[in-house]
Amino acid sequence: MSKKVSKPGSISRRRLLATAGAALAATPLGAKLVRAQQTPIRIGMSMPQTGGLAGGGKASLLGIEIWRDDVNAKGGLLGGRKIELVVYDDKSSASETPAIYSKLIDVDKVDLLFAPYATVPTAPIMPMVKQRGLLLMGNFSFQVNSKVGHDMWFNNAPWGPADSWATSFLDIGQRAGGKSMALLAADQEFAQNLAKTAREVAAKRNLPMVFDQAYPPNTVEFSSIIRALKAAKPDIVYIASYPPDSAGILRAVNEIGIGDNVKVFGGGMVGLQFGAVMENMGSLLNGVVNYNTWLPEKSMYFEGTKEFFDKYTKRAVEAKIDPLGYYLAPFGYASGQLIAQAINAVGSLEQKALAKYLRENTHKTIVGPIAFSPDGERKETAVLQAQFRGVVDKNMEQFRSSGKQVILFPENLKSGELIAPFEAARK
Amino acid sequence: MTRNSIAFWTGSTVFLVAVFVMTQVVGNQYPFFAGYVILQFIALAVAWSILGGYAGYVNFGTSAFFGVGVYAAVFLVKAFGAPLPLQILAGAAIGALMGFALGLLTLRMQGIFFSIATIALTIIIETTITNWRYVGGAAGIQIQRPAVTAPFDNYVQMLFFVQALLVVLAVAISRYIQNSWIGRGLQALRDDELAAECTGVPTLRLKLLACVISGALMCAVGAPAAMYLQYADPASAFNLNYSVTTLAMSLIGGTAHWSGPIIGAILLGTTQQLLTVTISSEVNVLVLGLMLVLFVVGAPEGIIGLIRKLRGDRKEGEV
Amino acid sequence: MFSFDLLLDAVVIGVLLGCFYGAVSLGLSVSFGLLDVPHVAHPAFLVLASYAVYFLNEHYAVDPLVAGLLITPVFFLLGLVAYRLYYETFEKRGSDAAVRGIAFFFGVAFIIEVLIILQFGVDQRSVTADYIGRAWRLGDIRIPYRLLVAFAVATALTVLLTLYLSRTFMGRAIRAVAQDQEALRLMGANPIKIKQWAFGIATAVLGIAGALLIIVAPVDPTLDRAYIGRTFCVVVMAGLGSMGGTLVAAIILGVAETIVLTMFGASWAPAISFAMLLGVLAVRPQGLFGRRS
Repeated sequence: MSKKVSKPGSISRRRLLATAGAALAATPLGAKLVRAQQTPIRIGMSMPQTGGLAGGGKASLLGIEIWRDDVNAKGGLLGGRKIELVVYDDKSSASETPAIYSKLIDVDKVDLLFAPYATVPTAPIMPMVKQRGLLLMGNFSFQVNSKVGHDMWFNNAPWGPADSWATSFLDIGQRAGGKSMALLAADQEFAQNLAKTAREVAAKRNLPMVFDQAYPPNTVEFSSIIRALKAAKPDIVYIASYPPDSAGILRAVNEIGIGDNVKVFGGGMVGLQFGAVMENMGSLLNGVVNYNTWLPEKSMYFEGTKEFFDKYTKRAVEAKIDPLGYYLAPFGYASGQLIAQAINAVGSLEQKALAKYLRENTHKTIVGPIAFSPDGERKETAVLQAQFRGVVDKNMEQFRSSGKQVILFPENLKSGELIAPFEAARK
Repeated sequence: MTRNSIAFWTGSTVFLVAVFVMTQVVGNQYPFFAGYVILQFIALAVAWSILGGYAGYVNFGTSAFFGVGVYAAVFLVKAFGAPLPLQILAGAAIGALMGFALGLLTLRMQGIFFSIATIALTIIIETTITNWRYVGGAAGIQIQRPAVTAPFDNYVQMLFFVQALLVVLAVAISRYIQNSWIGRGLQALRDDELAAECTGVPTLRLKLLACVISGALMCAVGAPAAMYLQYADPASAFNLNYSVTTLAMSLIGGTAHWSGPIIGAILLGTTQQLLTVTISSEVNVLVLGLMLVLFVVGAPEGIIGLIRKLRGDRKEGEV
Repeated sequence: MFSFDLLLDAVVIGVLLGCFYGAVSLGLSVSFGLLDVPHVAHPAFLVLASYAVYFLNEHYAVDPLVAGLLITPVFFLLGLVAYRLYYETFEKRGSDAAVRGIAFFFGVAFIIEVLIILQFGVDQRSVTADYIGRAWRLGDIRIPYRLLVAFAVATALTVLLTLYLSRTFMGRAIRAVAQDQEALRLMGANPIKIKQWAFGIATAVLGIAGALLIIVAPVDPTLDRAYIGRTFCVVVMAGLGSMGGTLVAAIILGVAETIVLTMFGASWAPAISFAMLLGVLAVRPQGLFGRRS
């Protein structure tokens, strides 16, 4: 559904005033008086709601909608202007977004733009927003601005510098005594980008790469590939995989074994952040060190975080989307918070001024303080590397308590120490 | 020239002039973005029908041709900074070669076997592109548009006009084929290949010709998509949707007449664009599914067939 | 990086994986191979069966294989209805049935996909059973039990279908209808009834195949698209209508895919299997074990 209308809550005094205002607006003279106050601030975006990225897209959108409802419940921005979202489905495809964003800009004439979830749908609109000089709040795409160089782009994802991902994982592995590395990556966009940086970092550190394979999408059975990986006897196993494959790889590792010399296993497995997958995998997750963006550890709660998840949990069940929603939803909310702070500080919707404010300040959000570097990515990486511990089968609720995913990186959010080798950590 | 031809060429000229005027007058960008996609599908559906409709060889590999067109353009831009016309020409040339290879396949295969072979071909080509690092491989590649050429002041407007040209080209070729000995030969071949061969129809030459023309056009249509998206990745460029949608458009419109695919593409393409910006959810896919089922069940000869029936004109298709 | 151990391992896993491919293709081998129905919605029905199995496993803790057996009668009926619909709208009208049949089944596949999304959401789903997630040790080789299950089920299905088609009256009638519909009509049998029955059986087999699909790997609503190529590849490579041939062709495919995945560049695996298909089609259009010349 597009143009989701905020759910009516209890009638407040503001709402009554707004209704009165609407009645006034019906008269020609009144219209002029209240228009400035009445017109909503419209934020346009496409979001994958069908296709491969739909699971993430829907969770992300719910995060943004909760932000909208929170802001509107408090009376909106810029002296009472409500937030209105204009959302279209891009079918997880790059070929849909140019027309959608043109519609948003030229026909809907939205005030601000948010990017769709993920890199592929975002890539085609980067040159377009740059050319038109528009602010774009990014949503978990990876290095999409590195070639375009748009100075009004801000990514809500905690990636930070491109190589930080591989660096943090290899740090953990090398500290645990790892002296060689294996790399297994899906032959798809995001995973290949991760694999590339991992190769570069490994080369820089003279870490021998004993296994380096890209597996094709829709691979059914991973046991033979895991067997080959095991035969290479690596110490550090870096996996960059997509949701359907992550489960298959972990299953195969459990069945085939991976060898006693493996110190750490994981790194870039997409999918192990989603509730349904985690519940399905259960105890197979134990020991895996994987990236994440938000986890229910003490160090991760900031102002508003708990309240956000209270609302999210309730609404996710109704909407049949990820019941946990740690990975994307709070960052969707944070996108809203970033833009709201900028609007409040600048006092208008002037795009250049908003961008300038976002670039120059540190912002408080429910996922912690955010500051941007000149390329629009986070100044410092806040990608977590966390180890699964003591997970049992078929239990969604366990993931809500702390200690199931112990944060090993970054230092300031750390909530425990690595258990190595991998086989020991699985028990 | 017959009266029909005069009408056709007048219509085409009026269409192109209208498109051109539109690029000069309309400031709003959205019609060009959405219109480009619709034009692209019209050209694809018309090109597909030359082989799939006239000759009855159902090609599932539309996405392979489209994707190769996209990547031909990507390669030329990255390697030589080639201009748009060259990208399209190169796409057409490669498409013709691919079409020739496909035509050779028809030597040994008919019916659904041919269709399955085209699926196999698509996957092989996609895998090859995925493994070709120079054009970005699986990671995809962002490309920059060069400056736009006068008289256009916006690249998408220019692409819109270029795609309109391709549509007219594809339709003109399709129409010519239908009305010439090629079309009659193809139709004979479609009804009964063996009988056609026996009565002296040069089936192999006709099939090769249809494959080459259809392939060249589909690749040429794919080439400007690289500049339209300014991004390419194998999963998007070789998306199964191109194959299914093209097939659906041709069948919904009707393949007995050159105008069928156009009608189908306009109807389905516009519906999809509208749905994207209105309902915008999984219902979108549902509508495509329902339209396919309803049309092939309720209007087996497509919209063209329906119109003929309504007119009570049951004679087979001379224009 | 050649090692004999790895090769042996790849062959073993490949054979088992091939059996799995065979099991999910058997139904198509009947519906497309024997009946000439261009059933591109076959994989969509397969995924639908997986979700039915998932539902029974999740809510009633039914073992996935048992669940697969439980849903076969439902799928049999579904098959009867689907064929009737197809017959009335396409085969009865004669010419051009194949092309529009393909479009029709694509439409059906999309509708199924959306219905699954509306009911179960877009997240991937999997089932639990004792034999999932553990492996059998055989010297140095470890074989996941779920693949052994696939092996056993595929073999059993192939044998049963082969016996059914060659020993029972109905089975022979089905093969007869595939060979010569007119002759059968002259003998007083109703070929449409027979074909409908055969399509029902083809769809019923999908119940169990769907259980295997979700046992071997998690499923998501759009998984059917990945299996269109694979299942048709197996059936065509086998030659239409041969059950044993289907299994053998699937095993060849599984072994080739696994060896490429393990020993050479993994990312080339899909190209290899489909290049094999093209090769077979070019050299022996009737397939490796085909009934037609």
